[in-house]
Amino acid sequence: MKSAQNYIDLFKENRTLVERGSAGVMNSLRDAALKSLEKYGLPHNGLEEYLHTDVSKWFEPDWGMNLARIDMPVDFAQAFKCSVPNLSTQLYFLANDIFASSETAAKNLLQQGVFACSLKEAALTHPELVKDFYGKIADIDKPGIAAINTLFAQDGFLLYVPDGAVIEKPLQLITLLSSAVDLMVNRRILIVLGRAAQAKLLLCDHALAANNYLTTQVIEVFAGQDSAFELYDLEETHTANRRVSELYISQSAGSRVSVDNLTLHNGQTRNTVCAVFNGIGAELSLNGVVVSDKDQHVDNFTFVDHRAADCTSSELFKYVLDGSSTGAFAGKVLVREGAQHTSSQQTNRNICLTRDARMFTQPQLEIYADDVKCSHGATVGQLDDRALFYMRQRGIPEQEARMMLMLAFVGEVIGKVELEPLRDRLYRLVEKRFRGELTQCEGCRACR
Amino acid sequence: MLKIENLHAAINGKEILKGINLEVNAGEVHAIMGPNGSGKSTMSNVLVGHPAYEVTDGTATFKGRNLLEMSAEERSHEGLFMSFQYPVEIPGVSMTNFMRTAINEKRKYQGLPPMAPTEFLKFIKEKRDMVKLDAKFMNRSVNEGFSGGEKKRNEIFQMAMLEPSLSILDETDSGLDIDALRIVADGVNQLKSPETAVIVITHYQRLLDYIKPDIVHVLYQGRIIRTAGPELALELEERGYDWVIKEFEDSQK
Repeated sequence: MKSAQNYIDLFKENRTLVERGSAGVMNSLRDAALKSLEKYGLPHNGLEEYLHTDVSKWFEPDWGMNLARIDMPVDFAQAFKCSVPNLSTQLYFLANDIFASSETAAKNLLQQGVFACSLKEAALTHPELVKDFYGKIADIDKPGIAAINTLFAQDGFLLYVPDGAVIEKPLQLITLLSSAVDLMVNRRILIVLGRAAQAKLLLCDHALAANNYLTTQVIEVFAGQDSAFELYDLEETHTANRRVSELYISQSAGSRVSVDNLTLHNGQTRNTVCAVFNGIGAELSLNGVVVSDKDQHVDNFTFVDHRAADCTSSELFKYVLDGSSTGAFAGKVLVREGAQHTSSQQTNRNICLTRDARMFTQPQLEIYADDVKCSHGATVGQLDDRALFYMRQRGIPEQEARMMLMLAFVGEVIGKVELEPLRDRLYRLVEKRFRGELTQCEGCRACR
Repeated sequence: MLKIENLHAAINGKEILKGINLEVNAGEVHAIMGPNGSGKSTMSNVLVGHPAYEVTDGTATFKGRNLLEMSAEERSHEGLFMSFQYPVEIPGVSMTNFMRTAINEKRKYQGLPPMAPTEFLKFIKEKRDMVKLDAKFMNRSVNEGFSGGEKKRNEIFQMAMLEPSLSILDETDSGLDIDALRIVADGVNQLKSPETAVIVITHYQRLLDYIKPDIVHVLYQGRIIRTAGPELALELEERGYDWVIKEFEDSQK
């Protein structure tokens, strides 16, 4: 509670500054956010959902925030040429939590009535559009970081795809943490897909300088009827980085959403995904890969709420933990009364490479409908010794054999990535990671 | 090629091999037979360097080098191959990737550059044909979803790819129908040369109808208790092991 109070005081003292650097629509939720933060504080490990990750501790240091919106110049062209081979993307940047505009990109997309731009700018120029969605599903009335994020967020990214619009070209939003001092950033992303709209978004989360960073990220996704959306959230930061992300998804009837959460390099990470089926016949594919070592910590919490009938959710999360890293996965699936013909599958498989690596896994099913197909499974183990020996007998050195087995293990998740060039790129990134060539954030080079 | 003297080995502190002596020369086919639990599989696993087994006494040299000092992968690079009694499934690792890595690691060991992709594909096709292994298996994960017979053919295919100088076939005939047995045996016979040697470990005479041994050994309680020509295998098939064991025990009195 102590650390929450610091942020409450900070906000009260700097309210004008915060609001001046943002937009009315975003400012209109700050009172409610303040109340919530006063009520719940910051999430701590006394809460069941945060049992293995005491997020409140991360907020204890006296973090600086760029509330005055001081320009922190990042030379994107020089520092960052992020291009997945053979994957041409529409590229956008967030420097810390400030949208760095990309004029041509915006123009190309605007022809379709699409917005892919600064959330703040959109909130200023098209408040009626943003108002209907901003903060509508990010739940501030519960313990979490949506409240503190809503309290301080001043900008971020908006993707608005109107009814029937199809964006073939994947969009890529690169978030760069770059600062001369330790910094807390509050990033906000809003994604709205109209009826039968389609889009793909790749989020690349990088840290350029080796300062300490704390990121809060709140993403809201509204998938309209029969829309299709693919989201790839790739974290590749460094050990001095702490990240709390909350992703909220609301799916209308017949929508298809796929989410891949990839934590390849980090310090301490907590990702929460809350997905709600509000209409019949919708599908969600929710997958994750975690590769960690040293003292890294990754906690994925998912909550899939089947409120409508005939919906399908499938989850596959795989962790490879080395060193003395710890992982946690908790997956809750709620099938409400009336959500008949729900099909839900949840799998969490983990490999601990050392005795010091720890994994906590907890599936949780709550079912209040009687005609459903639900399953879950979780395992924690080591690499298969028999396979290792078989490979060595064929002349594959032990190190290489281990690498191949680890890659094969997470390959099951990466194989689900639908964008082929991205899939190939991810294989290579993961392989590099396993070979120990990615011991710190490669910043710009990571996506080359 | 291979010379084993007074080899003792244990697993989990229990001694299984109690003084094996065996010499295998280039061009020879040896059969090692024996009742269940006599130590046949232990012997092959020890030779290829399975980490679960501990050599407690004795020596083994392969091509003049101390075999026991080499890692499993180095033994493979030096030309030692074992066809597994139970080939292991490796989900997520394709046969092609597996073979390419194995071949190129061996070439690296020999100081050669990696094999060119086109050459590699040609090489694969040639060896596949030898054991009648369909091309579709190359894109599948190693041994995953293979039938018993396909797994054993896959073992011989890998043997053909790696061109070992000494191959140990550990109960390769188990679980094979007669057609698969013939295909496997044909493959082994095609790979035979004056420069290579084979050790066939088997329970039954059946496989030896197809892969003709020059020398037959009987392993019992961790020791080779009899060595003779191919006629011994036929006699064992007819009379069982009891008489050999009895003669051995009498001689020990």
